[in-house]
Amino acid sequence: MSDDEHCRVADGGTPPMAAARYEDGSITYPPHPVGPDGSEPVEEVDLSEYTAEVVTWTTSHATPPGVREPNTLAIVEFDVDGTPVRALGQCTTEDVGIGDTVEPVYVAELRDPDAGIRERESQRWDGYRFEPVE
Amino acid sequence: MRDVAIVGASMTKFGVREDEWVMDLLAEAGGACIADAGITPDDIDHLYVSNMASGEFEGQTGVPNALAHDLGAIPAYTQRVDQTSSSGAAGMYAAWQSVASGASDLTLLVGGEKMTHRTTGEATDVIASLTHPVEYKQGVTLPSFAGLTARHYLDRFDAPREALGHVAVKNHANGALNPNAQFQKEIALEKALESPMVADPLRLYDFCPVTDGSAALALVPAEHAESYADEFARIAGIAGATDTHVVHERADPTHMGAVAESGAAAFEQSGHEHEDVDVAELHDMFTILEVMQLEALGFEEQGEGWRAAMEGRSARDGELPINTSGGLKSKGHPLGASGVAQAVEVYEQLVGGAGDRQVEADVGLACNVGGFGNCVITTIMEAGA
Repeated sequence: MSDDEHCRVADGGTPPMAAARYEDGSITYPPHPVGPDGSEPVEEVDLSEYTAEVVTWTTSHATPPGVREPNTLAIVEFDVDGTPVRALGQCTTEDVGIGDTVEPVYVAELRDPDAGIRERESQRWDGYRFEPVE
Repeated sequence: MRDVAIVGASMTKFGVREDEWVMDLLAEAGGACIADAGITPDDIDHLYVSNMASGEFEGQTGVPNALAHDLGAIPAYTQRVDQTSSSGAAGMYAAWQSVASGASDLTLLVGGEKMTHRTTGEATDVIASLTHPVEYKQGVTLPSFAGLTARHYLDRFDAPREALGHVAVKNHANGALNPNAQFQKEIALEKALESPMVADPLRLYDFCPVTDGSAALALVPAEHAESYADEFARIAGIAGATDTHVVHERADPTHMGAVAESGAAAFEQSGHEHEDVDVAELHDMFTILEVMQLEALGFEEQGEGWRAAMEGRSARDGELPINTSGGLKSKGHPLGASGVAQAVEVYEQLVGGAGDRQVEADVGLACNVGGFGNCVITTIMEAGA
């Protein structure tokens, strides 16, 4: 967790949906050591403060161990002050469509960390689902 | 660099191979390829083993050394090649390098995977473990990437859903003629379109099965090929490329960037043009991927690739037959074996050994895709005799 995340969790808040802005102005979710053009990250952007538009979606009916079934997923695009940023995540409902506006909703555990092949301690399991907004 | 030729090939029956494990499958294909090439194990300088996940699937690691022992190929140099679903063609690339560089005068490549003892959910999870942590925790699977991409493609290009069903119908028709295919039966379009939903809008018949199997190739310097076989195939071009690890970061989800990069480089190396290609094996792990590879390789304009199967142009008697083997869809997809088996099919087509599936072919192409287009290798082969 970053210092900012520690502070937010300590305050009883939720961790950010952390993306990285790079020297060239581009933003990626998740953050990477370098941006698309090879430049260094310069600041964190919390996507949970923005809404996004659904680019595409699917409902998966054959899910791996520890994953809810069915599992509706969407690729969404945020507009961060004119810069597009895409993210993939679960949806809070199967009732989604291309072009819908959604907002990130924090979930403490997105799948059972002990049921799949990946080690529980190797990564975080909390994150954000996308919920349609009227 | 030396020109490289393929002088022997084999594949096991693909499907559910009960009570046979990865070592059994690799040894079966490897031994059959040694016999097909008319060589002895002592002749092998390098032995490459394409395999994605024998450790995760069955707790068996160290397969290259074990196979060298089982084949009687000791003291040949050996190594495992893992590039997820494109491990097979990555092994081909390593094998080609070994001969082209002069490091080996005879290289055996064996690809294989044992998967069907796991549930579909477990096998899906092993494959999904290639994803980024932010993807994995959301429960994303490779089939769900296909569903997301197919919906976007069909919506953006106003393509009919049944176009993807035609890919499945075509590849099952080809697989029905392949005695080593997992599914040797034709299917009706209605059956494909009404099969159970897996990753909306894609249904069961849009997906390849979980498969056990192995395939192998023998590679030598082209200048020595005639001393091994009357009919052989040259590797005219081979190139690999990568795309983003995180799939949603690609600017255009309907464009397979690594396919385009590897295809262009393989064409340039080969000296061939698109119109020279007579037959191709594409990585139809999902029906939508065959369509998108046709486009990224430059055989179809972007947004138009869905028409090929629907109009019969990619059928066995069409202008460019695609997946005469049945493809991953019908032949099956034992991860590490698939790229090798694609090359085996192209080789058989070029040397006239494809039986009832035979088409007229002097130049063939294979495109092997790892992840959801994350790693790709394209190979162009030509009849050498």
